[in-house]
Amino acid sequence: MIADALAYAVTASLIQVAALALGAPLLIGVLAKVRARAEGRVGAPISQPLRDIRKLMSKERLRVEYSSVVLALTPVVVLGATTLAVAISPLVTTHPMLSGSADAFVIVYLLLTGSVALALGGLDTATAFGGMGSSRAITIGALAEPALLVAVVALSIQAGSSNLPAIVTATLTHPVWASTPTRLLALVALVIVIIAESGRLPVDNPSTHLELTMIHEAMVLEYAGSDLGLVTLAAAMRLGLLLALLASLFVPWGIATGTSYPALLVGVFFLALKASILAVGVGLIEVHSAKLRLFRVPELLAGGFVLAVLAVITDLATR
Amino acid sequence: MLLAGLACCLFAIVVANAVSAKHRAAALACTGSVGCALIFVAAGRALLDGRVSTFHTSSILPLMGFDLTLDPLGALFVAVASFAGVAALIYSIGYAHDELRSRPALSLLMLFVISLVIVPVASSVATFMFAWELMAVSSTLLIVVEHRRRPEARIAAQWYAAMTQIGASFILLGLLLLSSKDGGTFVEVTSHATGLSLTVRSCAFVLTLIGFASKAGAVPFHVWLPKAHPEAASPVSALMSGVMVAMGVYGVVRVGYGLLGGGVLWWWTIVVALGVASALFGALHAATSIDVKRLLAYSTIDILGLVLIGVGCSGALTTTGHPGVARLALLGALTLVVAHAAMKSLLFLAAGAVERASGTRSLDQLGGLIRRIPVTTALFCVGALSLVAVPAFAGFSSEWLLLQGLLHGFVDHHALTLIVLLAGVVALALTGGLTAVALVKAFGIGFLGQPRSSGASEAREVPWSMHAGMLMLAMPCVALGVAPGLVVTALDRVVATVETGGGSLVKPGIGLALTHLHGMIEPMFLLALFAGIVAFTRTVSSWRRAPARHVEAWRGGASQPTSRMQYTATSYAEPLQRVFVDVLRPEVDLEVTHAVESRYYEQSLSYESQVDDAVERLAYLPALRRITRAGESARRLQNGSIHRYLAFGLVALIIVLVVLA
Repeated sequence: MIADALAYAVTASLIQVAALALGAPLLIGVLAKVRARAEGRVGAPISQPLRDIRKLMSKERLRVEYSSVVLALTPVVVLGATTLAVAISPLVTTHPMLSGSADAFVIVYLLLTGSVALALGGLDTATAFGGMGSSRAITIGALAEPALLVAVVALSIQAGSSNLPAIVTATLTHPVWASTPTRLLALVALVIVIIAESGRLPVDNPSTHLELTMIHEAMVLEYAGSDLGLVTLAAAMRLGLLLALLASLFVPWGIATGTSYPALLVGVFFLALKASILAVGVGLIEVHSAKLRLFRVPELLAGGFVLAVLAVITDLATR
Repeated sequence: MLLAGLACCLFAIVVANAVSAKHRAAALACTGSVGCALIFVAAGRALLDGRVSTFHTSSILPLMGFDLTLDPLGALFVAVASFAGVAALIYSIGYAHDELRSRPALSLLMLFVISLVIVPVASSVATFMFAWELMAVSSTLLIVVEHRRRPEARIAAQWYAAMTQIGASFILLGLLLLSSKDGGTFVEVTSHATGLSLTVRSCAFVLTLIGFASKAGAVPFHVWLPKAHPEAASPVSALMSGVMVAMGVYGVVRVGYGLLGGGVLWWWTIVVALGVASALFGALHAATSIDVKRLLAYSTIDILGLVLIGVGCSGALTTTGHPGVARLALLGALTLVVAHAAMKSLLFLAAGAVERASGTRSLDQLGGLIRRIPVTTALFCVGALSLVAVPAFAGFSSEWLLLQGLLHGFVDHHALTLIVLLAGVVALALTGGLTAVALVKAFGIGFLGQPRSSGASEAREVPWSMHAGMLMLAMPCVALGVAPGLVVTALDRVVATVETGGGSLVKPGIGLALTHLHGMIEPMFLLALFAGIVAFTRTVSSWRRAPARHVEAWRGGASQPTSRMQYTATSYAEPLQRVFVDVLRPEVDLEVTHAVESRYYEQSLSYESQVDDAVERLAYLPALRRITRAGESARRLQNGSIHRYLAFGLVALIIVLVVLA
């Protein structure tokens, strides 16, 4: 009985990791495609980011001569922290491995661990670009963190637990919750956070290499070969995880709740559907917004923070 | 056993004074460590079996007897103090030289440790104040030990002495309000306090709170802390920042819960307000500090603020009838105290090792230490990761517990409690990211990259005894993170003696799991899974590949990159400083000299930025100036005329007679 449950959990986690590892680069491809189409171009095929990563993985690794073990470890640590978060979060099913420990704060701090590792890697290159990207990325991360945490707290207070599967299950049993003002405010706050955390427009432009505007790209400028491949994959999986969590928390329908294996496939299908729709949404936001000045970004994030606090207050006031 | 340990510690002072300078620190550390180990075992036993043992010496004179009681709450702080004490003593074998190796300095260090152990077991007003003053005086003198080399230490000691004495007098006033005529032991005070009116009890609480909050470095009573902690020698600053500030929290819990038995909601609202202010102020200043020890000192203000938030929310929830959740919040706060003691002492010791190795503590002068002093770097990294609250390190487990306490407190329906809890959650959320900036800056700028000064490029690894002291503190940082359940179940028993309502909230086990409420974390399994993923990724990505080739960094066509092209700590924190310019009020000086030919070309450019403590500048310094002015004008009374003095005497006599009549 326990062996069955364990086998199911391990399978579920493996499916989640595989789905995100393959699917997240495709989401990036969808984003690029939406942008291209909106600008009247044909654009690269959706699978282009996946091919780029495959190509990078087969190239030679080059490291900066002054770098230490930190730079060498950063790609695996960033990818490891993101993959761990993917493996335990309720994305395809509410019962993946260690789902008891899939606490919202664990996921938030695992993402923070990834950001910290990347920021340290940027400083380890001993170059101006690395430091610049690191400083900007960690500043934006530090300002996005409060909005993220308070939005998560708003959801947790409503469900009576900060355990993510518990929140998802609670939403499934109380479908009314999905449309409460608390949820809507938290949703907007989380969308702002996701855009900032995954380095999309209007906070960061992932396709620029101008020193005045680069944030994430400046930080990872010195990676090459498989190191760059891992970091790119980790960044894609981070966006994929955040979008998938958004889908699971706000529109959980379609997620597998029992222990039947076919339900997992249904879960994967719905996850792909919801994440693609969200990716198109993020793509449309990107097309219709210009990049903000670095020092206007805090205003945007402060807005997200205020919305998150309002989400908590409306929840307390309406019960 | 506790007394044997204390005796052994006192004996250590004698031994240290008898031995020659070369072996003095080692002799003190050996004997003192045995004493501290005995104390630690005594405290551990009291923690585990929950027994209360008392010791009392009677004397003919009033207020002269010694009353010591080892109860679970006190034992927790005794255990923390003695553990950190051993680490600091072992560390000082290699660290102590010149001034710190002198007889008085080492004796004071031992006395400081002893006072830290006595404060939590003192069980009468007189004994408590004696231990409190011993702690204050010994630490003040330890700050000035190196005053010849560093004149700033004198100013720091002046601030510290003044603030700590004012704080102590507030505590004394508060405790005297509560004391009865029959006696001053805490048991008598407790029974006497229940008969007092709420006004008197509130006055006593607020007075003691001011004193304890200033010891815990709560804003706005914190100004001494970022001056004193960095200026003290590193073992001393480790003890001050890790353990001594915790005594402030101990005081609030002991008086608020123990002597006054809970109190009313607004008391705890003040505590939370102090905590929120400290957490935000400390985190912001830590993120913008350049001096690594100053950065750590501000981070202490931040974490102690979070602890006060936990204690305050717990008190608030108790008064509104939710003892169960109140226990959880208090448990989170006390776990954070233990975790903070380990990680902050470790970081201060590591910062001292960096200073010893490279001769500077300014991050702008450091860099590249990971290649020169790898062991110290690794130990600093453990402390930094703990403080950032990376999962599977001590900081995360304790902050998670605290967050759970706040989160589940929202079942309350009292408006003020909800506001208090919301403020706590917001402060916790805001400080998380800022702490990450501060520690990434400290570690990334200080230890990675290329050296920024000759001191950093010629840094030498420190002696093994310093590593041993740090390693001792690194172990609890990891243990409390990987297997928090083992420690937290013991702490849960301590909380049960303080907050007696409500059942146990934590299931015994390796990880943390809440009973009644839905919430758990299993850091050990998370860590195992993470290690598996990392090992798998590493194997796959380097499968049949040539090892990485080391090449020059991309320089965009410019000349050979130098270490001056790297970001410094100042530039790293500049974006954040600009975002929070209204709170931090930095003094920025930009001087541009234009070329003679055209004002569109610059000849030279100098930029200076300094982040002073805004509270000190806007509140303390004007107050000090006013006091000084009042003192100056009072001097006019003394003009040397004997007639005037006689007149003063006559007037005073008449007033006394009138009052007595």
